[in-house]
Amino acid sequence: MTVSDYTRSPSVGTEDAALAARLHKIWETAPGLGGWLSTVDHKEIGLRYIVTAFAFLILGGVEALIFRLQLSWSNQHLLNPEQYNQLFTMHGMTMIFLYAGPVLSGFSNYLWPLLLGARDMALPRLNALSYWVYLFAGIFLYAAFAMGFGPNDGWFNYVPYAARAYNGGPNIDFYALGMILLGISTTVGSINFVVTFMRMRAPGMSINRVPILIWGTLTASMANVFAIPAVSLAFFLLWMDRNVGTHFFDTAGGGGSAMLWQHLFWMFGHPWVYAIVLPAMGMVSDGLPVFCRRPLVGYTAVALATVATMVLGFGVWVHHMFATGLPNISLSFFSAASIIIAVPSAVGVFAWLATIWTGRPVFTTPFLFFSSFIILFTIGGVSGYMTGSVPVDWQLTDTYFVVAHIHYVLIGINVFPVAGAIYFWFPKFTGRMLDERLGRWNFWTMFIGFNLGFFPMHISGLLGMPRRVYTYADGMGWDWLNMITTIGSFVFGIGVLILIWNVLVSLKRGRVAGDNPWDAPTLEWATASPPPPYNFVVIPTVQSRHPLWEDRLDSRPEEAKSHPHAGLVLEHGREAIGTDPLDAQPDIILKMPGDSYAPLIFAVALTLVFIGLLLTAWWLVALAVIGAAATTIGWLWPQRALGETAEPANG
Amino acid sequence: MADRIALEGTLPVGAIDTRASGWWAMIFIVCTEAALFGYLLFSYYYLAVQPHAAGTFPQGGIPSLTLALPNTFILLLSSAAVGWAQFNIQHDDNRRLIWGLAAAVVLGIVFLVVQAFEWAEKPFTLSSTAYSSLYFVITGFHMMHVVVGVGVLTTVLAWSAMGYFNRVRYAPIHIGALYWHFVDAVWLAVFFTFYITPLLGLHA
Amino acid sequence: MKASATLPLTWGVIAVSVVVMVVIAVLLAFAIWRRPGIARAGRMDVGPDTGGTNFLWIGVAVSTLALFATVVWTVQVLAEIAKPPSAPGLTIEVTAHQWWWQVRYLDPDARRVFTTANEIHIPTGMPVLFKLIGGDVIHSFWVPALAGKTDMIPGQTNELWLEADKPGIYRGQCSEYCGLEHAKMAFVVVAEAPGAFEAWRAHQMALDATPAGGILASGAAYFGDKCGSCHAVRGSGAAGVLGPDLSHFATRQTIGAGIIANTPQNLAAWIDDPQGLKPGNLMQRPELSPEQRGQIVAYMETLR
Repeated sequence: MTVSDYTRSPSVGTEDAALAARLHKIWETAPGLGGWLSTVDHKEIGLRYIVTAFAFLILGGVEALIFRLQLSWSNQHLLNPEQYNQLFTMHGMTMIFLYAGPVLSGFSNYLWPLLLGARDMALPRLNALSYWVYLFAGIFLYAAFAMGFGPNDGWFNYVPYAARAYNGGPNIDFYALGMILLGISTTVGSINFVVTFMRMRAPGMSINRVPILIWGTLTASMANVFAIPAVSLAFFLLWMDRNVGTHFFDTAGGGGSAMLWQHLFWMFGHPWVYAIVLPAMGMVSDGLPVFCRRPLVGYTAVALATVATMVLGFGVWVHHMFATGLPNISLSFFSAASIIIAVPSAVGVFAWLATIWTGRPVFTTPFLFFSSFIILFTIGGVSGYMTGSVPVDWQLTDTYFVVAHIHYVLIGINVFPVAGAIYFWFPKFTGRMLDERLGRWNFWTMFIGFNLGFFPMHISGLLGMPRRVYTYADGMGWDWLNMITTIGSFVFGIGVLILIWNVLVSLKRGRVAGDNPWDAPTLEWATASPPPPYNFVVIPTVQSRHPLWEDRLDSRPEEAKSHPHAGLVLEHGREAIGTDPLDAQPDIILKMPGDSYAPLIFAVALTLVFIGLLLTAWWLVALAVIGAAATTIGWLWPQRALGETAEPANG
Repeated sequence: MADRIALEGTLPVGAIDTRASGWWAMIFIVCTEAALFGYLLFSYYYLAVQPHAAGTFPQGGIPSLTLALPNTFILLLSSAAVGWAQFNIQHDDNRRLIWGLAAAVVLGIVFLVVQAFEWAEKPFTLSSTAYSSLYFVITGFHMMHVVVGVGVLTTVLAWSAMGYFNRVRYAPIHIGALYWHFVDAVWLAVFFTFYITPLLGLHA
Repeated sequence: MKASATLPLTWGVIAVSVVVMVVIAVLLAFAIWRRPGIARAGRMDVGPDTGGTNFLWIGVAVSTLALFATVVWTVQVLAEIAKPPSAPGLTIEVTAHQWWWQVRYLDPDARRVFTTANEIHIPTGMPVLFKLIGGDVIHSFWVPALAGKTDMIPGQTNELWLEADKPGIYRGQCSEYCGLEHAKMAFVVVAEAPGAFEAWRAHQMALDATPAGGILASGAAYFGDKCGSCHAVRGSGAAGVLGPDLSHFATRQTIGAGIIANTPQNLAAWIDDPQGLKPGNLMQRPELSPEQRGQIVAYMETLR
């Protein structure tokens, strides 16, 4: 960079092929393995997240189907107790931590810069790091299972059963360290989303113009920033208790407390539940209106409800602990909070209903998933409301009723929107449509299988079946309900297979989509399918929530119109526009980093730290820490080409 | 919201002041770290009020301020030194920037050494009781942050010596300084918890 | 608590939930099929960004009213069941172990204190106070027909009062995951009229007789030798504390913490292979000939 490059008046222009060709040269990832390992393209990273999360979904699903066979009738002997306990723990951990969160990170990673009219995430290398660490943490956790040491204390891992005295193997050490590693991935990913929101929105995209998915992921990310340390700390203290003799959770006279674990875990756990549904609700809020052919009813209310849910979500963790002998005053408080938190959920439900009611629904597969989600959300919501009432919860907690609830929440509010989102955005990802006929089969198999499998769990819970039992006695009246549940879960599994089949087939043979196959209103549909590495030839300018519907929604003067295809031209290397956090007025031209191996190397070093801790091999820990520190310094070394150092003193 | 979008006009290029993405990233790193210390201190207070904690919080009597109080001032002083360095680079004084950072690094290291003496004086070990575990883990977490902070300051000090910064381009200084001020501020919370609350009679 | 005191609230929230589900389902179905759009290739019509907000606000307002009503009702019921209507006449201390229940009947008079396991007798028509202790890991005490759950957490003693209106046999089960045999950690609560309960209690306080000779005596000797280091029978030499107290064992209804009926055949099978019936439980298979086992069973059947 020469001195004159340190400030510039960027030119304003429209798209043209020569400019696109120049940008392509600047932004494309190198071919081959090197490019694959060093890319920082958010689209590539997003797809990796989604594919990896689906791999874990399949693993977690197979685990569930195996133990559903065990539970299909009383007194079965397919699994012994230890196998069952590892399987159900792996299933919960996989679905909650390795599928539900990461799959939404994947969609958000892919979609955020496109929705915001940006060239990339604010911190592209950090983005790559967060994916690699996620991948390695998943492998770390599954390595334990493969060696026969899978975690076996349920996903919330209560002490003292998780303490050395009752759980002598390395199972819990694997779980503890793997979760801390995964927490690092989630934290840096979340920080990246928040900074991207603050700095990377297209000129004019003030905060009242961003799609609801942005609100969902932003809220979830802010929550993660504050909540993840609780669980990482809990697992670290547990690891210390188990390996160096501290007394945090020691109930055998050392001054520790079993309840401390529950508080730390659920201070994280409850916000996390919202973190893995709010972005999915955001995808529905953005996707559903496209098929109702009108804007979402109550944009502001829905956006505020998203934030309100999370704020309240930090104040209800105790409702996981109603049976632990707390004083009445705190039971009353947390019970009230847990019931009132349903108010913002009601805002969402009625906003979606009103959107369909006042719109003209078009029956596509994404519409089927998005609209059916409303009723699944409602069922998961009312069962949560029931358990919010303490005296009722004392009967329901730790039974299959709660198992039903968590699955209506996680499948109803995460998997169904995700499936809809795949149908909705697959054309953008690949340039091809998914097959609609297979799509219908897909939807109905999943919908029927899910309700057949999981609704009866409410009843088995009300009939007193506790959760986490590897078998049950005959004569309890639970056999047929469990048989139906098992059948339903297999049908649901077939539905997921149809989805994957449809994806595989349509990748090659799907109908070519074009830029905007659904005639949708937001910026991701203003660019090619799949988008070029630089996303937008020129940086769009935005004056409304629906840049591509403006001409049909209202008549506005020329100067109040958005320009999806005209705006700032940035072509002096990898550049993006930085805008201010509220109004999104341009305030800097950001130089974006190129592809880099640093994230991968750092992730490897970090993983080695945790392997060293697992083996209590301090030399390995020390070496890996040094490696990670050196990588960090190299990564952050100020580069003149990125405008990070002072201009040369004399011209 | 502004109706007009200003696309014309001259914009800086690269990473400067609070418009650098790294500055925003550090803000949220500080948020998550602050939360971490919040949960650590929550653990302390939670265990301190358990009925079985009587007599062991604080273990070995009220902790002595002989080393801890001066050490607190040393850390605050190093924050001031960093602040002075930040002030000077904004006035294009690279020499004072370097002196400020160097002073902060030295003070940070002094803090670590004094902390090591403080640790050595404790009549209990990590695995004695819940209190001792909390003491060493929480102050240990903080010391790790000081170590990282000293590393950060040393790195930006080296970059300063290489003439990388001037009155416009100093974002790495600001970012590193933000971390260091946080490390110092959070010590006040740790110090208050371990050394002051027993004096206030908040413990069993 | 009295389970009956929470029933109206339980049915209330179930009713609200079902109504909400049905209303939303009907609204959704009607919304979807009211006036479908026309799928066309390319550009489709887009409706204006108007209408629907009344729908939203009315729905939210009605929901909020129902939610607040539930909060009030919940807090009311909570306050109502917090304390028993009269001072409990009986205190029972239950300690949960992996994977069985130790039950002590407390009394100011130390001679009236006794220990039993996996079967709890209570008098009807009066509140009974339970002191609940986690003996190793966390367990949860749950007799669905009598009361909600209360966790049993090592390091603290939780209290629960309950009252049975009618005599009967109520099944209880551990409801907090506690390891390998969480599934097979049940117990029985026998509620009986106060007179019958007092008779049972007096009988339990008495010592078991030690047989004087014959196979019963040798059974008792084998029991003391092979079982006595973990199990106790008051009045015999067996005084182990690791496993369930087996005093008056033959009066109990189940074996293995509520998992099989207490019959001589089942008892023999249990002693022969405890790991087969409850894999992972802490009782190892004793080294016994079939004859010795038979004699132990015969002796244990006399522990009435």
